[in-house]
Amino acid sequence: MKLEYTITVYTENQVGLLNRIAIIFSRRKINVESLNVSPSEVEGIHRFTIVINETEEVVRKLCRQIERQVEVLKAYYNTNEEIIWQEMALYKVPTDEVAEKMKVERLLREHGARAVVIRKDYTIFETTGQREETDKLVKVLEPFGLIEFVRSARVAIIKASKGFHEKLKEFEIQEPSEELAENEFLDQGQGVFTM
Amino acid sequence: MSTIEQTTPTVDAKNANEILKDSLAGTVELTGSQAVLEALIAEGVDTVFGYPGGAIMPIYDALYDYNDRLKHILVRHEQGGIHAGQGYARSSGKVGVVFATSGPGATNLVTGLADAMIDSTPLVCVTGQVFAHLLGTDAFQETDVINITTPVTKWNYQVTDANEIPHVLAKAFYIAGTGRPGPVLIDITKNAQIQKIDYKGYEKCTHIRSYRPKPIVRKSYVEDAAKMINEAKKPFVLFGQGVILGKAEKEFKAFIEKGGLPAAWTLLGLSALPTDHPLNVGMLGMHGNYGPNVLTNECDVLIAVGMRFDDRVTGRLDKYAKQAKVIHLDIDPAEIDKNVKADVPVWGDCKETLPLLTKLIQEKQHTEWLAKFNEFTRQENEVVIQHELHPTTDELTMGEVINLLNELTNGDAIIVTDVGQHQMVACRYAKFNQSKSNVTSGGLGTMGFGLPAAIGAKFGAPERTVIAVIGDGGFQMTLQELGTIMQTGLDVKILILNNRFLGMVRQWQQLFNDKRYSFVDIESPDYVQLVKAYGIEGNRINERSAIKTALQTMLNHKGSYLLEVMVGKENNVFPMVPQGCSVSEIRLK
Repeated sequence: MKLEYTITVYTENQVGLLNRIAIIFSRRKINVESLNVSPSEVEGIHRFTIVINETEEVVRKLCRQIERQVEVLKAYYNTNEEIIWQEMALYKVPTDEVAEKMKVERLLREHGARAVVIRKDYTIFETTGQREETDKLVKVLEPFGLIEFVRSARVAIIKASKGFHEKLKEFEIQEPSEELAENEFLDQGQGVFTM
Repeated sequence: MSTIEQTTPTVDAKNANEILKDSLAGTVELTGSQAVLEALIAEGVDTVFGYPGGAIMPIYDALYDYNDRLKHILVRHEQGGIHAGQGYARSSGKVGVVFATSGPGATNLVTGLADAMIDSTPLVCVTGQVFAHLLGTDAFQETDVINITTPVTKWNYQVTDANEIPHVLAKAFYIAGTGRPGPVLIDITKNAQIQKIDYKGYEKCTHIRSYRPKPIVRKSYVEDAAKMINEAKKPFVLFGQGVILGKAEKEFKAFIEKGGLPAAWTLLGLSALPTDHPLNVGMLGMHGNYGPNVLTNECDVLIAVGMRFDDRVTGRLDKYAKQAKVIHLDIDPAEIDKNVKADVPVWGDCKETLPLLTKLIQEKQHTEWLAKFNEFTRQENEVVIQHELHPTTDELTMGEVINLLNELTNGDAIIVTDVGQHQMVACRYAKFNQSKSNVTSGGLGTMGFGLPAAIGAKFGAPERTVIAVIGDGGFQMTLQELGTIMQTGLDVKILILNNRFLGMVRQWQQLFNDKRYSFVDIESPDYVQLVKAYGIEGNRINERSAIKTALQTMLNHKGSYLLEVMVGKENNVFPMVPQGCSVSEIRLK
């Protein structure tokens, strides 16, 4: 059964790695719903958050292919239940419409939104939440002449994760292995991932 | 580092690392190009295959002074260069090194990179690139080599600052040669090749934190595997190139001998176990042997060692070894469960895992089970092999040529093949006594691989006889490399099995497209005349009685030699597992 999976990849910071990871999906004609690259809890380590709709088997194989890349440290995949995730959205609306017709205060309260910019000609609202929530505000703002709408990629925190190294233990079960020794190379050098 | 001010020594045609030892300054001034060549020497590289061009000129200029320590083989096309690098790597077990210039030079490498990627061949390719300030400007001979080669390299990197060169090349050799080997491409901009650096010496790379080439072996999985093998009544071992790449031929032999385990090989696993070993039951896959294919669906425990369950091996997956428990030994975790679900994955280097497993398995002889393989061999012999090796028809068969070749080489030669019918026949019937003797393009099926790979194989194993068995189609794809043979005076035997067809495609058209022979009728030039123009001797035969003498003449000849054997036009390779069929539906005719 296809489900929405969030793949979290910890990588080195290297030019070209984004392409290496992206082509793992495109080669298999898998559409990436959302992609975010950011720093992680570990300095110098980047964190990719990738959302796709696929079966677990496919996602597992994809993660192994991702991990095969030289500069990838680890890839995890999670269902939506296993993560806390958010997306941010920006909405640009004509200020006069807003001022005259909208109950702004109620709107902001109900949607957890805030006004980022208020100018004579337009106002920009911002809200953060899950897809349905940010979509809902689109519906609300459309009658007021929504000029522009943009939503960010998903960022997600894995509920069960106690940081990078803790999650390693869990993942180990899905690897053909029992011990956690796999992590030993990571201990060397920079001493970042001691277990 | 010395605190005394020293004039930085410069290098000309001397080993920078040697100079460094005597230098008080701790550094020596080198150009990026010299640093590249110093890296190759430090990595023990003796041969480079390449072709110069504008953007790699500084490296070639430096090479002029390194000529005494680095042998550079000027090929006739970059594709020939990279296939030669592959042949070198496969026959020597070392990393193959290839130079090419930017743009077309680099794009000509792509086929070879894809071939090396899918066949796990260690290569370091160095390409020149336009000046860094011209990147992205559509400069002359500029191509986005890094992005073009990303899907077909294990790792690639663009150097724009020469200070990175020693470190990046060390990383390149480490990545190419360790774990599951593969091709690495380093693209170096021209400014970095010219740039002068304070060279501090070369340090080999031994560790990259995001890259773990050697998995820690989990004992419990080895124990589970051993238990499963010990309980098996009908165990069956499949082995691939992993045994050769892991240099674990001895360990593998000890393993199957102790367990009395019948073992069959994949195309690339061929020669890891001597052909006449009593437990060697033959070849797997589409044109493999009868027994190994049929009995895959009868065994109770399937033990896969260093192989990846390619579709040409498995046939229809949902009918593949469903009755068997599967043990999969592989160094690449991405291979485990990729095509065939493993009941016991043994993730690790088979050089380590096999001895552990051997220790735990009981000494056994599966006489009855082995007899079953022999019975299938008897049937295959009757219906296929006899007619192929000892034909009674007028037309010559490819098999009889290979069979006579075996008699004359005693299985000691390196056989390099191209792709197609002759490849299947050569691999099915050639005898091998030692490992790294079979060089062929497996995963990618690259026609044109044979001739340049044979050139590389000879440089990788100069003391051995190298025979390139090639079809009339594939030979015409890369025959420009005859020029390389001419210029280097290399001794490569070229055996053309000419059926005047693109035989494998014709076979499929005959069997599956109602003999609609669409563009498979291929003409050849007079190969004997052709090689003569390159100063290579040759002979063409079409008589059965002449084969043996002609082969002997070829083998005895000092230097390269081409022998063209005219074989039957419409002979087919059997047995065959038709596409979409299960391995047990293998056809003998």
